[in-house]
Amino acid sequence: MSARELLASASRWRWALPALVAGGLVFALVSENYPVINSYTQFVLVTVGINIILSTSLNLVNGYMGEFSVGHAGFMSLGAYASAVLTTKWLPDIPWAFFPSVLFGGMVAASIGFLLAVLSFKTRGDYLAIITLAFLMIVKSAFENIPYVGGPRGLLGIDKYTTLVWALFWVVVTLWVIRNLIYSKFGRAVVAIREDEIAANAMGVRTREAKILAFVVSSFFGGVAGALFAHQIQFINPSSFDIIKSTEILVMVYLGGIGSLAGSILGAVIFTFLAQALQPLGTWRMVIMPLILVFLMLFRPRGIMGFRELIWFLPERELSRPREL
Amino acid sequence: MSALLEIQEVTMRFGGLCAIANCSLDVEAGRTHGIIGPNGAGKTTLFNLITGIYRPSSGDIRFKRESISGLRPNRVAALGIARTFQNIRLFKNLTVLENVRVAFDSQLHYSPFAAFFALPRQARDERRSIEESLRLLRPFGLAEQADSLAGELSYGSQRRLEIARALALKPGLLLLDEPAAGMNTAETATLTEFLRWVREEFRLTLVLIEHHMHLVMNLCDRITVLDFGQTIAEGTPKEIRDNPRVIEAYLGETE
Repeated sequence: MSARELLASASRWRWALPALVAGGLVFALVSENYPVINSYTQFVLVTVGINIILSTSLNLVNGYMGEFSVGHAGFMSLGAYASAVLTTKWLPDIPWAFFPSVLFGGMVAASIGFLLAVLSFKTRGDYLAIITLAFLMIVKSAFENIPYVGGPRGLLGIDKYTTLVWALFWVVVTLWVIRNLIYSKFGRAVVAIREDEIAANAMGVRTREAKILAFVVSSFFGGVAGALFAHQIQFINPSSFDIIKSTEILVMVYLGGIGSLAGSILGAVIFTFLAQALQPLGTWRMVIMPLILVFLMLFRPRGIMGFRELIWFLPERELSRPREL
Repeated sequence: MSALLEIQEVTMRFGGLCAIANCSLDVEAGRTHGIIGPNGAGKTTLFNLITGIYRPSSGDIRFKRESISGLRPNRVAALGIARTFQNIRLFKNLTVLENVRVAFDSQLHYSPFAAFFALPRQARDERRSIEESLRLLRPFGLAEQADSLAGELSYGSQRRLEIARALALKPGLLLLDEPAAGMNTAETATLTEFLRWVREEFRLTLVLIEHHMHLVMNLCDRITVLDFGQTIAEGTPKEIRDNPRVIEAYLGETE
């Protein structure tokens, strides 16, 4: 089947995505009020959601833009702490404070992400990995030394606000916004920079601005994921967000496939279930996960979906383009 | 009347190496200007200076009487100077259409906010960009391959796509860096006719670097000869052909 026939046949199933989202929402609402699934299953499903947000947002920088950030756990940490401080200290016991607190968490992460991006993208080259690594360490030791947020002990007694409905809501928002961004002039700019930065710049692309924008959006959703995580686990400390957490997100992105939203979803789902299945192995998990990453890099460096996209995520205009002018 | 592009006493040093030494060059609007010279003469460096990839060590570059030296490449492109590259630099993993759209995008003015939430303005602009980019691809014989990856095109098609992509900027001045590189005599002749058509159709001022003398002599109104970063001759094709210094630079000194 040619690529165009494939496009045509799959586009007939475009109603499937909204149907899936609606079905998921109904399921989430029902499971919240009736004991359809046990709390463990619910926990795993929420984790899948948080991981989808993390892998999709990191894919924007590491996949679409082709840079290498290892600081995603740092943005998660900022979002988690910012939102938890808001719901435990500033607006305690007010359920409606949850949504603003997640937004707040995302915005704090995005602001720091902006500063980092301005510094990192000032010059060309592969400094981002080093700068984000330093950032990760600075964030961790900063929280360890702030008594207000519990120092190394962390923040306890966070309300359990993250339900399956909220997780699904934020997954949809993340995918929708990042999808829109990718299929806009800013997204094309980011991909063009990955392909050839000098040529992109010569073709009028404002390379620095495009990179900063992508990085800020990525860190915003990293913060959102952190906020959801904090209100799921109900307890956060600085070492929840270390280099291992960042590595896990990297595994999700490279397993599912760089430069692909469908890949990020797939990576997050496979990773979450695999991590749960390997739970009995204890420390051996730490051996198996990196091994997966190594074999992936050797045999399928672009991941399962690498640069390919599920038809559902393409905007209508990209499919039904005028053939005859 | 002053020239469209004025290069005024430009010098470019890389450490101890002087790639361009006190070079001056005027390109009149509507003309086609050839730049020739042996390898390493500084021809591509000159293009990189005009398009803002390098900032000149000294001297000034003016486009439509405004100084453009020191501007970032995207600003220079927005002012109407487009280019192609000696070693084709397409976005290989993007489709043919997307390659053109990237260049067309600088004419879309919606905000990031409109992009995040797919506001009507963004959707309208995007549709316009698809239509106009497809229309641009047609005369280049690339509309049929709009959905193919740029890296999968034949060599000749890639060269044409690079020109189409540059034209999506709607430039007044087009810089071509060895457009006939790797082409045989017949292909070069076809390219010459094609460039002639492009020049008329898009009302362009052309500056081209080329080694194929047939193309240069046929297409150019004026020719500048560079050697070791210095202008050694300038004139009409006929004057250049008969200039002893040019022959010397190309063939070596005669005893």
